[in-house]
Amino acid sequence: MNLQAIIPLFVFLVIIFAVGLWAGRSLKTSNSFLHDYFLGGRSLGGFVLAMTMTATYGSASSFIGGPGVAYNEGLGWVLLAMSQVATGYFVLMILGKKFAIVTRRYKAVTMVDFLKERYKSKWVVLFSAISIIVFLFSAMAAQWIGGARLIESLTGLSYTTALFIFALSVLIYVTIGGFRAVALTDAIQGSVMFIGTLVLLIATIIAGGGISEIMADLTAENPNLITPYGADGSLTPAYVSSFWILVGVGVVALPQIAVRAMSYKDSRSMHRALIIGTIVVGFIMLNMHLIGVFARPILPGIEVGDKVMPLIALEVMPPWLAGIVLTAPMAAIMSSVDSLLLLVSSSIVKDVYLNYIQPKASYTRVKRLSIGITAILGIIVFLMSLNPPDLIIWLNLFAFGGLEAAFIWPIIMGLYWSKGNKYGAFASMIVGVGLYVLSDTFFPQPFGLHSVVLPVVVSFVAYVLVSLGTQKRMA
Amino acid sequence: MKNDEYHFKIANREALIGVGLVIFNFIWWYAFAYGMGSKDPSEYTFVFGLPAWFFYSCVVGFIVMAVLVTVIVKKFFVDIPFDEEGENK
Repeated sequence: MNLQAIIPLFVFLVIIFAVGLWAGRSLKTSNSFLHDYFLGGRSLGGFVLAMTMTATYGSASSFIGGPGVAYNEGLGWVLLAMSQVATGYFVLMILGKKFAIVTRRYKAVTMVDFLKERYKSKWVVLFSAISIIVFLFSAMAAQWIGGARLIESLTGLSYTTALFIFALSVLIYVTIGGFRAVALTDAIQGSVMFIGTLVLLIATIIAGGGISEIMADLTAENPNLITPYGADGSLTPAYVSSFWILVGVGVVALPQIAVRAMSYKDSRSMHRALIIGTIVVGFIMLNMHLIGVFARPILPGIEVGDKVMPLIALEVMPPWLAGIVLTAPMAAIMSSVDSLLLLVSSSIVKDVYLNYIQPKASYTRVKRLSIGITAILGIIVFLMSLNPPDLIIWLNLFAFGGLEAAFIWPIIMGLYWSKGNKYGAFASMIVGVGLYVLSDTFFPQPFGLHSVVLPVVVSFVAYVLVSLGTQKRMA
Repeated sequence: MKNDEYHFKIANREALIGVGLVIFNFIWWYAFAYGMGSKDPSEYTFVFGLPAWFFYSCVVGFIVMAVLVTVIVKKFFVDIPFDEEGENK
C-alpha cells in the first residue's frame, strides 16, 4: 500500500463525484430529460467541447496501452501515435457546421437519430444500434481493465478489488449526472491529463539523465528503437500510415465523438474548440508516448505493457506527486468509460426502445429506464472485465475499427451527398463491418495495411454504387 | 431557404479546408519521418537530443499544425447561427 500516492487519487475521485452530483441536480429541474441526459442540452462552450473530445478520445488506448507499446517499440510508435493530431481539427471541421445545423433541425439526440432522419430506414437504425452496442461494449471492457490495472499497480490491491472500486466510482456518477456531468468532468480530466503528462515527461527526462543520454542508452540496447520502424523493424510505412485512417480521420465515425460534434452551443464555441483541441490532443499524445519510450532505459524489463505508466511515475517522482500525476490516466479512462456507457445506454433506450418497442413511453418511464440500463450495462462490463486479456489496446482498436467501417460513409456521405440513400447506407455498413471482421480474423494485414483500411475503401464503393443503382427506386 | 444555401456553402468550404489540412499534415509527417529516418541509425543527426527525423516530423509537425489551424480558423471560418430562430432575426 502506498498511502501517499493513494490520497491524491482519492481526492480527485471525490472532486469528480461532486461535479457529477452538481450536474445531476440541474437535470432534475430540466424538462427535456432525454436531451439533457444524453446531450447536455446542446450547451457546451469551446473549452469544455475541446476537452471532452480530447478526453473521450485519449482513452485507455493512448494512456495505458499506448505508452506500453511505445516502451516496447520505441520512437516508431510515437510517430504512429502522432497521426492522432489530425483528430483535433479534422472531426470538427468535417462534421462541422453542416452536422450542427442538420442535427438541430432533425432534433437528433444520438448519432443514430441523425441516420434515422437522414435515411428513414428501420434496418439502418437497427443495424447501427446493434453495431454500437456490440463494438462499444468491447471497447468499454478494455477501458475498465486499464482502470483496474492502474489502481492495482498504484495501491497493491488485488485486480478484482481494484476493478470493483473503479466500477463503482464510474457507475455512481454516470447514472446520476448524464452527459453534462460527463462533459464537465471531462474538462477537469482533460486539464489534469495535459498538465500531468507534461510533469511526468519532465521528471522522466531528468531521471534518465537528459534526452541525449536516453537516446544513447536506447541505441546501445537496440538501434531500431530510435528508427521509425519499431524494435524489430516490422513497422512498415504502409502499416503505420494506415493508422491515419484508424486513429486519425476515421475517428469522425465514432459515435462517442460524433455525438460531441452536435452538442456545442454556437459556431464560436466550435472555432475555439478546434484550436484548443488540436493543441491539447497533439501535446498529450506526444508527451504520453514519449514517456513510454523514455521509460525504457530507466526501468528495463517491464513485462505487462499496461503497467509502464504507473511504474515509471512511481519511480521518477515522489509518491504524492506520482499520485497526482496518475490521476491523469485515471481521468482519461474514466472519461472514456462514462461516455461509452452513456452512449450504449442511449442506443438501447433511444434508438431501439423508443423507436421500435414503445414509442409512447412516459417521461418518468424513460428516465427510469435510462438510468437503470446505464447501471445494468456497467455491471455486465464489470463481470466481463474480471477475467481480462493482457494488452488492452488491441481490444480497443478492434472496436474502433468496426465502428469506423460501419459509420464513416453513412455519416459523411449522408451529410454531403444528396444522392446517398438508405440502400447505399445499409450496403456500406454491412460490407464495412463484414469485411472488417473477416479481414481481421483471416488476413490481418492485407497489402501491409492495417485491417481497417480495406473495409473503409470498399464500403465507400458500396455506398456510391448501391446509392446510384437504386436512384429509381427512391424516386 | 436562401440562408440555408449560404450556410451550407460555408459549411462545405470549411469541410474541404479540413480535408486539405489533413493531407498537408500527412505529407509533412510522412516526408520527414521516412525521408530522414530510413538511414542507418548510426548516421542519424540529432536535434535537442532527439533524432532529426522524429524532431521534424513529430515535434515541429505538431507545432506547424497547431499554428496553421489557429490561423485558418481565425481568418477563414465564419460565424453562423445553427438554429432556425437565429435565421429569422
